[in-house]
Amino acid sequence: MANDHTTDLTTGLTARGTPPGGRLSRRSFVGYVMGGTGLVVAADLALGAAPAQAAGLPIPSVPQIPEIYDLNDFLTHCTMPTSGLIAIHIDEQGDAHFALPRMEVGQGITTSTAMIIAEELDLPVDRVHVTLAPARKELLWNQLTGGSNTTISTYTPIRVAAAVARKALLDAAAIQLGALVTTLTVKGGVILDQLGNSLSYGDAAALAAPPTTQKVRVDLKTAGEHTIVGTPQRRVDARDAVTGRKQFAMDLDIPGALPTMVCRAPDLNGTAKEILNQAAVEAMPGVTHVAIIPTGVAVRAKTFGQCIDAVRALDVVWNSGTVAGKSSADILKELRAAQLPLAVPALGATTVEGEFVFHFRSGSALEPNCAVADVRDGSATIWGGLKSPIDVQSKVAKALGVAQDKVTVNVVQGGGSFGRKLFSDAAIEAARASKAFGAPVKLMWHRADEPRQGRVHPMAVSRIRATVLLGSVATFEQRHTSVSTDFTHGLGERLTAEVAALPPGLANLGFSESIFTLTQELPYNFGVVTQLLNESDRDFERFNTSSVRNIYSPDVRTANELIVDQLAAKLKLDPLEFRLRYLRSGLVKRVLKRAAELGQWGKAMQPGTAQGIAIHKEYKGATAVIVEIDCRPETVSRKVRDAVTGPRVTKATVVVDCGLAINPLGVQAQMMGGFSDGMAQALTYSNHLVDGRFLEASWDNSAYTRQWTTPFEFHCEVMDSDSEEPGGIGEAGVAASMAAVACAYARATGTMPTEFPINFHAPLHFEPKPFVPSVPESPTNGLDYVS
Amino acid sequence: MPSHTFKLNGETVTVDVEDDVRILWVLRDVLGVTGPKYGCGINVCKACTSHINGKAFNPCAVPVAAIGPDDEITTIEGLADTTPGDDLHPMQEAWLEYDVAQCGYCQPGQIMAAVALVDRVRAENRAITEDDLDSIRNVCRCGTYPRIREAIRAGAQGM
Repeated sequence: MANDHTTDLTTGLTARGTPPGGRLSRRSFVGYVMGGTGLVVAADLALGAAPAQAAGLPIPSVPQIPEIYDLNDFLTHCTMPTSGLIAIHIDEQGDAHFALPRMEVGQGITTSTAMIIAEELDLPVDRVHVTLAPARKELLWNQLTGGSNTTISTYTPIRVAAAVARKALLDAAAIQLGALVTTLTVKGGVILDQLGNSLSYGDAAALAAPPTTQKVRVDLKTAGEHTIVGTPQRRVDARDAVTGRKQFAMDLDIPGALPTMVCRAPDLNGTAKEILNQAAVEAMPGVTHVAIIPTGVAVRAKTFGQCIDAVRALDVVWNSGTVAGKSSADILKELRAAQLPLAVPALGATTVEGEFVFHFRSGSALEPNCAVADVRDGSATIWGGLKSPIDVQSKVAKALGVAQDKVTVNVVQGGGSFGRKLFSDAAIEAARASKAFGAPVKLMWHRADEPRQGRVHPMAVSRIRATVLLGSVATFEQRHTSVSTDFTHGLGERLTAEVAALPPGLANLGFSESIFTLTQELPYNFGVVTQLLNESDRDFERFNTSSVRNIYSPDVRTANELIVDQLAAKLKLDPLEFRLRYLRSGLVKRVLKRAAELGQWGKAMQPGTAQGIAIHKEYKGATAVIVEIDCRPETVSRKVRDAVTGPRVTKATVVVDCGLAINPLGVQAQMMGGFSDGMAQALTYSNHLVDGRFLEASWDNSAYTRQWTTPFEFHCEVMDSDSEEPGGIGEAGVAASMAAVACAYARATGTMPTEFPINFHAPLHFEPKPFVPSVPESPTNGLDYVS
Repeated sequence: MPSHTFKLNGETVTVDVEDDVRILWVLRDVLGVTGPKYGCGINVCKACTSHINGKAFNPCAVPVAAIGPDDEITTIEGLADTTPGDDLHPMQEAWLEYDVAQCGYCQPGQIMAAVALVDRVRAENRAITEDDLDSIRNVCRCGTYPRIREAIRAGAQGM
């Protein structure tokens, strides 16, 4: 793979010269060899989690709380009181098995976790088998996949468990081989003594299980001893993905679980009052059940195609929705009215200010909301791609009126999430439908349901005012006003339960304000800096919102970086030079300098084209992005059937320092995905609210990144980090990407964009699909498009 | 109940299902062939892309009655068998080489579309262009598009 776009698999990371290792002294930890048959080792999932301590630390007068204690420190804190153990099992073949209490949605944690275990056990990665643990209520807060926190919080405990396994295997082999344990070495899961005798892990495992549980102390490898962690590895599930064998929730063969869909109201969050033709629909081919549930009318049939036909045939009397009659412009008016005041007055020529509008956009993945449910005899079993399974357990139990321990939640790999799968909407619907029908269901949303009734990134307005005095930036104020973000998927509840852990000043804030304050850091020396969030109501009863990938940061950062470019212009400095002069974070400066080098910042560009540059700091790391955009008329007006074209980003360069990169190839993949997200949100991707309904109902309506908008060149470099601890990567690429594209557009056109996506007010490129019936008919002319 | 016969991944299959059921659901819900994914049901996202008689098509938009016993459908599960030997298809190998998949949901459709694109371009006796790659409509919500482009170019070399 010796090419420009990905890390060379043989040589590994691009480096600054020094290897990452050798700096850490050995730390020893306690783990357990479990008594019984077969070798099972365990470690406390709270081990080694060492978040910054908030209590007693001085908080700077400027609200830059994330520098000292950020959302990841909070998430890691939440894992600490959990006494739940995580266990690795070594089977008779010597392979390792581990049920990860997190959810894989494409971010690569099954691969990185297998690497971490393989490293400490001296096993090849393909002999480590990582599955997803079902909901484990005893883990309390410690089974939520979000905030890009998985590896940050699990890196140490998983290593400890693997090291305990290795020690148990070596101890058993030492007895069997009659050798001192210190003379043994391990290669590829085979234990060797100095005389050339060997014992496989499989054979050793049979000898290693003690009759009773033993507590053991182990040392972990130092970073300098790593041979797998830090090297590029391909995904462990790649072969299954490319052969069609990878199973998602709707691919499971659960006995009796027939396809089920929901006919939904024309209005956002409208509800069903009455079905006028239930008997006729029940008599349709393949249909087995029809019933009203709180979110619409559920239908169950032999095939999903027959569900679609039944949904289309239903004649339902609907109650109106939660934003009946309202449009995007009305919500904007509400947000503006709710803005918190700026403290510093506008001072003529010394002031730089701007107001930026960020429209709703769908958070849906390609795999629609879906879940399998089998509710019977007062208990329920759920299968689904669920990132907060304990919360699902509790909510399904509540919906069904049964005890939480009567609900089993099996976690299946998800077809993308982007924050979406933190919520259990489909699982709750499936449980309700299964209960109503008295039969197992395989419930899936139609695509049209996703942008229209699914969770969205909340609409927001960000107002910034900065003041330049004596050739320097003296103040920088930001007021971010947003429709409420729903955090009631477990994270919000954590904030309430763990309020004492929060830095002073956060304790009385709502969920959203706390998350905002814990994540937003402006890493510039701009004198007096204030960044405040206001969400006028807790109005997620009106809108279905979610903490979409990177939550507030893409919007906040885009607004910041556009103003930063304005400040640079005012001070007659190049955007790169300005940033390097005003950045106070060495981490950010380093990625920025490298990006400028790789992206050839400042090179000559044709009129109508330009470069854009932006930075972001979050998740214990930093990113810098440089793009080239083409806004020339011939490019902007290019035609693609049923699609938005517009400006084209032709080249993108992303540089990231994410702390210890477990798998640089996976980090690059996440930056690529984050870039695709950020670019779409800057240029094309939104939901239009008109008369209480979102117009978009198809992937050709919602203009997410497609091949015809993808950069021709994409390059990502993962910098060797000074940190020996991993940071978060799943969301880290979005914010700087969106900001860089916005800044490039401003420079190419000479006009600073103030509304996102920039094409929001352009004439719609599609004819909105009807709202009744709620889903479109499947075409029958597919053979006309054979190619 | 009407009966329908066609060839699927090298074998003749017969299913009893209503005429208007789209082939995607015949494959997934009746035959349990789940490689082709649902992403829209209206021939837009292309997640279900498979081959009919060696060319790309979207089974979500074709009623089962529209095909007959001589029509050969290939899904991602049968792609490797369309090339000699026991190995994967060169396009699948390229997908592994470039570690394209993230969540993997769209990738069966992406690979089937890529193979058909390369065949089409080759029939026109020319090399793949950026415009050809731009013409691919398959949605990848994980945003793996640049790696898809690289893998198609590499996979074409092996085809």
